[in-house]
Amino acid sequence: MVAFDEMTGTGAELRPAYEALDRWLKEAPPEMLALRRSQAELFFRRIGITFAVYGDEESTERLIPFDIIPRVLTKPEWAKLEKGLRQRVTALNMFLADVYGPKECLKAGIIPPDLVYRNACYQLEMVDFQVPHGIYCHIAGIDIVRVDADTFYVLEDNARTPSGVSYMMENREVMLRLFPELFAMHRVAPVDNYPDQLLATLRSVAPRSASSDPTICLLTPGQYNSAFYEHSFLADKLGVELVEGSDLLVKDDVVYMRTTQGPKRVDVIYRRIDDDFIDPLVFRGDSVLGVPGIISAYKAGNVTLANAVGTGVADDKAVYSYMPEIVKFFTGEEPILKNVPTFRCREPEANAYVLDNLDKLVVKEVNGSGGYGMLVGPHANKAQIETFRKKLKAQPEGFIAQPTLALSTCPTFVASGVAPRHVDLRPYVLSGANGISCVPGGLTRVALKEGSLVVNSSQGGGTKDTWVLDA
Amino acid sequence: MRIRISHSITYAYDEPVRQLTQILRLTPRDHDGQHVMSWRIEPTVDGNLRAGQDAHGNIVHTFSADGPISDLAIHVGGVIETLDLAGVIRGTIERVPPDVFRRDTLLTTPDDALRDFAVAATRADSTPLAKMHALTEALHDLLACDRSGQRTGIGAAAAFAARGGIPQDLTHVFMTCARQLGIPARYVSGYVAQSDALPEAEGAHAWAEAHFDDYGWIGFDCANGLCPIDTHVRIAAGLDFADAAPVRGARKGGSGENLAVLVSARAANAQFANQ
Repeated sequence: MVAFDEMTGTGAELRPAYEALDRWLKEAPPEMLALRRSQAELFFRRIGITFAVYGDEESTERLIPFDIIPRVLTKPEWAKLEKGLRQRVTALNMFLADVYGPKECLKAGIIPPDLVYRNACYQLEMVDFQVPHGIYCHIAGIDIVRVDADTFYVLEDNARTPSGVSYMMENREVMLRLFPELFAMHRVAPVDNYPDQLLATLRSVAPRSASSDPTICLLTPGQYNSAFYEHSFLADKLGVELVEGSDLLVKDDVVYMRTTQGPKRVDVIYRRIDDDFIDPLVFRGDSVLGVPGIISAYKAGNVTLANAVGTGVADDKAVYSYMPEIVKFFTGEEPILKNVPTFRCREPEANAYVLDNLDKLVVKEVNGSGGYGMLVGPHANKAQIETFRKKLKAQPEGFIAQPTLALSTCPTFVASGVAPRHVDLRPYVLSGANGISCVPGGLTRVALKEGSLVVNSSQGGGTKDTWVLDA
Repeated sequence: MRIRISHSITYAYDEPVRQLTQILRLTPRDHDGQHVMSWRIEPTVDGNLRAGQDAHGNIVHTFSADGPISDLAIHVGGVIETLDLAGVIRGTIERVPPDVFRRDTLLTTPDDALRDFAVAATRADSTPLAKMHALTEALHDLLACDRSGQRTGIGAAAAFAARGGIPQDLTHVFMTCARQLGIPARYVSGYVAQSDALPEAEGAHAWAEAHFDDYGWIGFDCANGLCPIDTHVRIAAGLDFADAAPVRGARKGGSGENLAVLVSARAANAQFANQ
């Protein structure tokens, strides 16, 4: 399977977006690239940008490898992507408002009701509750893969607490420092206004009872969370307090933050704690990370949670397979971004096909994320395939399968020099009371192992700066 | 049957509580099989007690109080008139569709043993209703029920492996099996009154309800091996114990919690006779 290369296409051409970069790469001495790479690593180490890998015993914190060769998108490519992202996120929010409200899409048979009702992420507490300003998914991360010059697929929607945006910003920062000459050669759309857009989004969804200058905080599970660095980074950029559950208290359905000047009322909480752990009185009682009573305050309309509780039902992988129909139903338009063709193992014929072709397919757990609980057939050994065969037979509804895609590649600086490596893209889409915004680009993740298609940082992936050329 | 219930939950803390919030699902609602004649809910500490409803339509009281609190009791009780409807539940408030109750939860996660048992125990029966009766009988015979009130639940798979548990565990085992068979099942917490039919059953109790397209919800009590009769007073229903728990709480301070629970549920006239 020959993958589309974003610089060289099918191998023979040099795509226009990469012309200057190609010239520069050819002229740059390898020692210089190696030096810059070690400088980049030093930079990341100094600022302490790390993430935790679960199940990795030797180190709880690790640096995500950064590749110094940027991934470049042209303005028209991005314009099409952005339009598709806006449409998709609009549909996600409409879908959520519908399944927690009138359920028109279930009545119309767009999606089987039991996919919603039996989904553990469908939070019963949210049924018939009006979220502030009607927005559920304020911050979405939509994972996009590319298979040829014109075709982008949505691989996955992340509607809960998508992470990685700090890498998008830090990658740009480090590139600007290390390669000023490249930015002189290219007009790259800036990404540093993301915090302003996020802050504006969060302010716009404050409860109507809040003052015109709402108090916002960022709620983190704490320093042991894999994305803690990002939480502190964003709080700092937003100019809001970074709080843990124990820093908040609820009295008479109002949330307060403990400060040195006494309790201060909180209006909007950008929460990076999962639903299950956010309120021990309503969800998991053993959670020590959350805030007892916060759901009651939320339902009383005294605080906005971003994202809303219960958004996980929209990014479930089984629901994902219905997204084209969902987009059409709610927006009345043809989906601009395609879905990866997906076999729903809950359907017997589909599952039979999947079981016969496990060595060719990618099988994913419906509720898994981060590349855990996934079978990449062509790269799996016999034992792994048999393990999945058992799982698929026991609980077919817990899985979907997709063809192994030839994800596009980008030139990447590896030990042997510059070589193509597979990439994906996670743009961040913000939805507020005043509309949708999306900084150009997003986070490009790269599978550093030759031939590997798994870009997740937890599975040995790295990142790149993502450029959208302004001209 | 007219049942008088008195339920006291008493907490003593080694170190005083600074602040506490409790979610109390301790108040029954009317339905065809029961009529609430009187009911009260009284914490012994000053605080804020507000009534509301949860996602299932259960009556929920949120009680919050500031410390220092060294002792707290929640007294609930009242008089309920019940009818024997052979376990059929009608006239309840239903907020969510039955399909929701086919979900696995932390306490009702199946393992291979439970999956196999669910099929084997119900193989001889053809209708969903007959299957649930067969399941109730099989579990009643197979699992030992601990009514001491001294133990906490361990979840369906562990209880099944141990061949016994508290009524909560037996209920979770039943629900897990029913859900495996594609039948929606939910958790019910309540009380069982002392009676000649169930001499040992008096007290706080838990049982399950299964949903049938033809009949709606019907109760199944594995601990007692029958469908709920007029001795059963229904308080709250949910996805599992955690979702329908009588008390959920969070507190600041108050390490060293000592809990004591006292329940009586007797025929109202019998109690008058005793006085």
